[in-house]
Amino acid sequence: MTALFALAAPFLLAAEEGGHAVETVDGGFMAHWAWLIPVVPMVATFAIVLFGKRSPWKGWGMAWASMGFVAVYSVILFIMNLNDPIAYQGAVSIGEIGADGLGNIFGLEWGWMVDGLSIMMYLVVGVVGFLVFTYAKGYMEGDIRYTWFFASFALFGGGMLVLVSAPNLIQLIVGWELVGVASYLLIGHYWEDHDNSSAGIKAFLVNKVADVGLFIGAIIIGLSVGSFRFTDIMEVVSHGDTHSTLAQYSFWAGLAIFIGAMGKSAQFPLHVWLPDAMAGPTPVSALMHAATMVTAGVYLLGRLFPFFSTPGFADDVRWIIIIIGTLTLFLTGLIALVQDDIKKVLAYSTLSQLGYMVTAMGAGAYTAGLFHLFTHAFFKSLLFLCAGSVIHSVHSNNMSDMGGLRKHMPYTFWTFVIGSAALAGIVPLAGFWSKDEILAGIQYAGGNYTTVEGGAALANFVLVVAIGGAFITAFYMMRAVSLTFFGTYKGHGHPHESPKIMTYPLVALAFFSVVIGWINIPGVTEFHTKGVSALFYTITEHHATGINYGLALLGTLAAVGGVVIGYFLWFADKETQQERDRFRIPVLYPLLEHKYYIDDFYMDGIIRPIRGPVARGVDWFNGHVIDLVVNGAGFLATRLARLVYWFDQRGVDGAINASAAAAGGSGGLLRLLQTGRVQQYVFLIVTGVVVLVAGFIIF
Amino acid sequence: MIINQFLLLGAALFSLGVYGVLSRRNAVLVLLSVELMLAAVNINLVAFDRVNQDVMAGGQVFALFIIAVAAAEVGIGLAIVLLIFRTRRTANVDELDLMKL
Repeated sequence: MTALFALAAPFLLAAEEGGHAVETVDGGFMAHWAWLIPVVPMVATFAIVLFGKRSPWKGWGMAWASMGFVAVYSVILFIMNLNDPIAYQGAVSIGEIGADGLGNIFGLEWGWMVDGLSIMMYLVVGVVGFLVFTYAKGYMEGDIRYTWFFASFALFGGGMLVLVSAPNLIQLIVGWELVGVASYLLIGHYWEDHDNSSAGIKAFLVNKVADVGLFIGAIIIGLSVGSFRFTDIMEVVSHGDTHSTLAQYSFWAGLAIFIGAMGKSAQFPLHVWLPDAMAGPTPVSALMHAATMVTAGVYLLGRLFPFFSTPGFADDVRWIIIIIGTLTLFLTGLIALVQDDIKKVLAYSTLSQLGYMVTAMGAGAYTAGLFHLFTHAFFKSLLFLCAGSVIHSVHSNNMSDMGGLRKHMPYTFWTFVIGSAALAGIVPLAGFWSKDEILAGIQYAGGNYTTVEGGAALANFVLVVAIGGAFITAFYMMRAVSLTFFGTYKGHGHPHESPKIMTYPLVALAFFSVVIGWINIPGVTEFHTKGVSALFYTITEHHATGINYGLALLGTLAAVGGVVIGYFLWFADKETQQERDRFRIPVLYPLLEHKYYIDDFYMDGIIRPIRGPVARGVDWFNGHVIDLVVNGAGFLATRLARLVYWFDQRGVDGAINASAAAAGGSGGLLRLLQTGRVQQYVFLIVTGVVVLVAGFIIF
Repeated sequence: MIINQFLLLGAALFSLGVYGVLSRRNAVLVLLSVELMLAAVNINLVAFDRVNQDVMAGGQVFALFIIAVAAAEVGIGLAIVLLIFRTRRTANVDELDLMKL
C-alpha cells in the first residue's frame, strides 16, 4: 500500500484553497416564476390520473409536455446562471408548526430555490427526464397500465423537483417522500409477479429506515437553529461559532442526515434496494439512476455542504462519509462483474458511481461530486435506455441470451459503446473529466484533511481504492459490451433495431455523454464550477486550477487497463467468450454472487429473528389474550342467552300460558251455564231480577 | 181512585205469565204465557195513565202499541213454532236446545 502512495505522490500538484464567494443576482422574472418547475409535473400527474385515458396519447402527452416545459425552463435558467450567477429564493407562508410552550414556533413555508445547485438539478431532471419520457412512449407501448405508468412517472419527476426546489428541510422531506412513494409504485409496476412487488416494498422499507435518520437530523438542526431554512442554517454555520447549539449537536445531526442520504443514494450497507429496483420498467431505472431518487442523497450532502465542511460542525462526520463512499464504490463495482442481468450490471455500476460522488462529498470536493452527478446522469441514463432497447428487442434481461447484437442494432450498439466509454472514463468523454476531478479532490484531501486524526492517510488510501474502482468500472463495462454486442447471438427470434422514438433519445444522450464534460475542464472552462457556486452562502473547497496530468494519466491507465484485460478475457476469442465468462474464482466468486451475503444477513440476521419472535409473540397474544377475551365474551353471551331463554320460557311464556289456561278454565265453567234451554235462561233472568229487586227493597 | 187492585191484578197476571213461560213444555203455551205477561203490563200502563191524568193519554197509547206489537210477535212466534214442529216433529221446548254451542 505504501508503494502505491509513493506512486501517487509525485503527481501532487499545487492547488488553490479558498472560498469562491460569488456575486449573485436576483434572476428576475424567470427566477420569480420558477415555482412552475415543480408545480407543472405535479399538476400533470393529477391531470393524467383524472383525464389521462380520454386524452390523446393516453396520458403520455401530458407527462411528456410537462417534462419538456421543465427542460426548456431549466436550460434557460442554466444559461442565465452562466452569464449572471443567480441566487433567489421565494416562499409562500403556509402556517406554523411547533408548540408555543417549548418556545419553538417554526414558520411552515412552501418555497422555491433558484441557485446554482438547484438549477443544475432542474437541468438534470428536466433534460434527462424529457429524453427518458420520449423513449418511454416507445418502450411502454401496449402496456396494460400505460396511463397509470405515466401518472406515476410524472409524479416521480415532480417529486424530485419538489425536493431540489426546496429552500427548507421540511419541503425537502416532502419531496423526498414523494420520490419514495413514486419509486415504490414504479418498481412494482409489473406487480402481477410477486418478486416485483416485493422489490418495491424492499425499496420503500430500506429507504424508510434511512428516512428515520433524515427526520432525526432535520429535527436536531431545526431545533438548534430555530429554523428549517437552508439559508438560516448556513448563516449559523458561516459564523463558525463552535459554542452554538448547532455546533454542539452537529456530529449527531450530520450523521443522521448522512444516514438519510445513504438510503436514497443507496450507500453500503443500505444499497440492497437498488439492484432489486431493476424489477421496474427500464425507463424507470434510467430516470431513477440518472436524474431522480439516487441523486437526492448526494444533492442533500451538497445542499448542506458548508455544514459538513466547516470545522467545528459536522466536520467529523466526513471520515464516515468517505469510508462509506469508498466501500460502496469498490465492493459494489466488484459485484457488477458477476451479474448476468444487463440491468443489474448497470445497477451495480450506478452504486459504484454513487460511491464516487459520496466519497467526493466526504473529501470536501463539492464541485467534483456534483459534476460527477451531472455527467453520470447523462451517460447512465443512456446506458439504461440502451439496455432497455436491447431487452425490448430480445425479450430477455440476461446477457447469456444476447451476443452479436452489433449488426442488428447499430444505433443501440454505438450509443452503448459511447456511454460505456464515458462511464469508464476514457478521454475526452464526460466521465473522464468528472472522475478526474473527484480523484483530484481526494488527492487534495489526502494532504489537507487533518481535522480528524488519520484523515490524510485515510484519504490517500481512498485515492488508491478510487483508482482501483476506475479499473473495475472499465473492466465490467468491457464485459457488458462484449457479451451483449459481440460474439454470436444466443437468444430466440430475430432481434431488430428499436423504433425511432427510442433511438433518437439515445443519440441525444450519447451526444451529451461526449460533450457535457467539456463544461468543466480544469483551467480551461469553469462553467460548472461557477454555476454550482452561485449560492446564498459561500462554499469553501479545494478547487484545482489546472489539469492534474499525473492523476489524469493514472486514472486513464486504470481505465485502459480494465478495457485491455476485458478485451483479452471476453472479446479476443468470440467463440469461447461464454466459457470464459463462466470462469469461477473460488471463494471470491461465490462471495460476489451472493452479494457479500448482505441480503442474506438482513433476511436471516435481522428480519427473520425479529419477525419470528414478533410473529410468535403476536400469535401468543392472539391465542392467549385476544382469544381469551373473545371466548370469555362468548361464554358470557351463552350464559346470558340461557338466562334469557329461561326467562322467556318460564316467565313470559308462563304468564301467557297461565292467562290462557285461566281463560280456558273460566270459559269451561261458564260453559256449564249454557244449556241451550231458553226456559232455564228465562228462569235465571227472573231469579236475577227478583234478587236485584229484593236487594233494592231491603237495602 | 185506588190503584192497588189494578196493580195486584197486573202482578197476578204477570206471575201467571212467568210461571207459564217457565213451566210449560209446549211452545204454543209458552207463547200464550208471554201474552199474559204483556197483558199484565198493559193493565199497569192504563192504570198509571188514569191515575196520573195524563192529557196525552201516553199510557193508553203505549198499551195500544204493545197490543199491536204483541199481535205481530205472536204471528212470527207461531210461524216459528209451526216450522220447528214440521222439521222436528215436536214442539217441546226441552228438546229444542239448539242454542247450546
